[in-house]
Amino acid sequence: MRVEMRINGSPVSADVEPRLLLVQFIRDVAGLKGTNIGCDTTSCGACTVLLDGRSVKSCTLLAAQADGASVTTIEGLAPDGASDPASLHPVQRAFHEHHGLQCGYCTPGMVMAVTSLIAEAEEPLDEAAVREGLEGNLCRCTGYHNIVEAALAAAREAGVAAGPVAAEGEGARP
Amino acid sequence: MSILGNRVLRREDPKFLTSGGTYVGDLELDGALYVTFVRSPLAHGRIESVDLDQARSAAGVVGVYTHADLPYEPMGFVNPAMRRPLLADGVVRFVGEPVVAIVADSPAAGADAAELVVVDYDPLPAVVDPERALEGSTLLFEDVGTNVAFDLGSPGSPETFEGCEVVVRQRILNQRVAPCPLETRAAAAEMADGRLRFYACTQAPHDVRSSLARELGLEEAAVHVVSPDVGGGFGAKGSIYPEDVVVAALAMRLERPVRWSETRSESMLGLGHGRAQVQYVTIGGRRDGTITGYRLEVVQDSGAYGDIGAVLPVMTRQMAAGVYAIARAEFSSRSVVTNTVPTVAYRGAGRPEAAAAIERAVDCFAAEVGIDPAEVRRRNLVPADAFPYTTAIGTEYDSGDYQKAFELALEVAGYEQLRAEQARRRRPDPATGRLPALQLGIGISSYVEITAPVAGGEFGAVEVRPDGRVVVRTGSSPHGQGHVTAWSMLVADAMGVALEDIEVIHGDTDVVPRGGGTGGSRSLQLAGSAVDKAAGEVVDRARFLAAELFEAAPEDVVLDKTLGRFHVAGSPAVSRSWAELGAASLERGGSPLMAEVDFDYPGATFPFGTHVALVEVDTETGKVRLLRHVAVDDAGRILNPLLAEGQVHGGTAQGAAQALLEEFSYDAEGNPLTANFADYSFISAAELPSFETAFTETPTPRNRLGVKGIGESGSIGSTPAVHNAVCDALSHLGVRHLDMPATPLRVYEAMASAAAGTGSSTNGTGA
Repeated sequence: MRVEMRINGSPVSADVEPRLLLVQFIRDVAGLKGTNIGCDTTSCGACTVLLDGRSVKSCTLLAAQADGASVTTIEGLAPDGASDPASLHPVQRAFHEHHGLQCGYCTPGMVMAVTSLIAEAEEPLDEAAVREGLEGNLCRCTGYHNIVEAALAAAREAGVAAGPVAAEGEGARP
Repeated sequence: MSILGNRVLRREDPKFLTSGGTYVGDLELDGALYVTFVRSPLAHGRIESVDLDQARSAAGVVGVYTHADLPYEPMGFVNPAMRRPLLADGVVRFVGEPVVAIVADSPAAGADAAELVVVDYDPLPAVVDPERALEGSTLLFEDVGTNVAFDLGSPGSPETFEGCEVVVRQRILNQRVAPCPLETRAAAAEMADGRLRFYACTQAPHDVRSSLARELGLEEAAVHVVSPDVGGGFGAKGSIYPEDVVVAALAMRLERPVRWSETRSESMLGLGHGRAQVQYVTIGGRRDGTITGYRLEVVQDSGAYGDIGAVLPVMTRQMAAGVYAIARAEFSSRSVVTNTVPTVAYRGAGRPEAAAAIERAVDCFAAEVGIDPAEVRRRNLVPADAFPYTTAIGTEYDSGDYQKAFELALEVAGYEQLRAEQARRRRPDPATGRLPALQLGIGISSYVEITAPVAGGEFGAVEVRPDGRVVVRTGSSPHGQGHVTAWSMLVADAMGVALEDIEVIHGDTDVVPRGGGTGGSRSLQLAGSAVDKAAGEVVDRARFLAAELFEAAPEDVVLDKTLGRFHVAGSPAVSRSWAELGAASLERGGSPLMAEVDFDYPGATFPFGTHVALVEVDTETGKVRLLRHVAVDDAGRILNPLLAEGQVHGGTAQGAAQALLEEFSYDAEGNPLTANFADYSFISAAELPSFETAFTETPTPRNRLGVKGIGESGSIGSTPAVHNAVCDALSHLGVRHLDMPATPLRVYEAMASAAAGTGSSTNGTGA
């Protein structure tokens, strides 16, 4: 069947099997390998992309379900695919400055999830809200500590962070 | 000023953040065929027949192969009688064991054809519980006559607990967990110029090269291994798997590129599992809190074949006595095969198990003698002036100041205040007369571990190019640790060059001739030391070369590291840059300005620290929340605190996950119950707090940099701290011990059986 969508602003169309997943369309048809596959049960979030601006796990949608939609992947986040730290998207820069990535495999999905968490924040984000919001994105390397730091820093920059951040661990003291 | 010790941001990051890493599954391989494995649905059974006809004629299928088609030697070095065939050879021994390999022109065609393979199995009784496997009534290898794959030590001697006023014995389960790197296994292979080129998802590309050569009967020179970015390993990607060999063998046979990427559900049954020990600890001493005797007896679950998992107790034994000066300590273990996924190294690999055993034992002992567990530890720590210190087990610890890390951890945690708050919550609410539902538990773990435990040096090379770029080649093979940044810092410090002018190459066996890879937290102390040594040699060579150009004596030539230029001492006006010297070396001698070194193995080092965990247990539901986790670690000198903290964070989360949530479980017939991420409780951000970390720095004498490994300390220190905290939270309710993971059900049942007077499994005896 014929599927057409815009990925990072560029039109992509192809005849595909109905069972083709959106993540496979992104990786194998559009050739954008930044989006990774980490599980087969919609649990890990490595494949998170933005679909018409909202985060989705691209292993959970068929490519056909994204027909006519606009998709943003990690490759489309920074202006003109910039890769020097100074011209990264604020969320990407926050991950760099706070050491929010190690092996990098969960990173594209994690960055897209944080981007969407900040964009969709209806109330100011605090640590608990960030942790709750990232529950569906798994990371084995960082213990989430620096991912949360990065998300809160990016939220502050976007003006959606809840007040000054408490000193480490303080919020959890009994 | 030296860059060493600074929080230098990672040079690796921009690529991962913008276009993503290049993992094996991302590589473009023109005309590649795809391998799909048909795996055993049975834990134990005889293969009666295999019907491949329909699969062979399915659309897109190029070939279908069984064990008979791939006549290679079985794999495994530990127990020759229990080696593993590439594809099942007449018998399947665990659910997930590969039986048939299908090669097709797409993954979808392979998956469709797999449905058409008909294997007729004759089921055999399965054994899952390692203690039952020890009995030997069900054998995995009939002709061997036992399930024991490996054993160490002998039954304990009666003198160990002679004169003890108190002896406590406890059975502790260190449960099986799944390593779960986010990238599952993948491999690709092709023939190029008559050689095998193999793309490996591994921690150790040179080990993959030698293993492939051995398995396939090739010269090592005929194998080229490339390891691109790797999405986490945690020990489980430390050695080659049968699927890797099958992919390589099929590429050779078909003379076409062949590739394979497993699904997560396959990975949960294919990538090795970790831990899986049943432990019996006995600890004895005086009523004043002095520990005088300790015994650890282990039953190690090796999984279905006798390989790496079977020898994990070697490291458990080495670290059995922990941080304590105990007069008599002993260890014994038996490793048994069971009808489960084979076990392998997993972040800590035998050391977390040792720490978990003795740290639980110390708490049980403290409870028995009625002394605060912090005080019992304080009284028994090896004193700082005793190093190098040899334990009663016979392990020599290089350097340490255990008290310093211990007292700092208690101070950061606010230990006394936490105990006061715990006591307050243990008093009935005056309004209701009942205990508050939310009870606090405080857990301490003082650990010591061994890094670079396996003897072997490391290769490092530093080359100055004529354009001034410095190219570093390293035998370690990072997958998230930050070697590019760390090795760049070492070179920048030694040579006075800018970080951005340094390129670090790893993971290509044609470019890096030798290497031990990344595992056992060996990299900084061995590979870092090799790079440091090579950089020092390049500086020496450059000085001689500059002396020739200046027509001066080499000893008069100095390197100005702030400028990265050489000059004659006292005459800085005339100087030569690294680029000029790199070019001059090529012009004059025809050889690059370079040093290749092999850093000789100086022995292992022994990082240590103390972790303190605070948990809250809802006594109405059994739910446990980790509120705080304090980690004070000492890995010698810290090269880059940012990277070191990152390692501690990750390890701590994995360790806490074992204490609280994660367990790979089977039913009695050997059917896996947690074979995907929907069923396996992989810990998420929502279940963890931010961590409170600090370092003390006690240098090791075993390398010039004074560094030890930091990669595994988090997972070694955290598990017993969190586990002890949960047990501590319930101690006033009569619970003496409960096994990990502390799931709501397990906590609730422990409270219920304690209330019914059947709960305590600690056998304390006044002697």
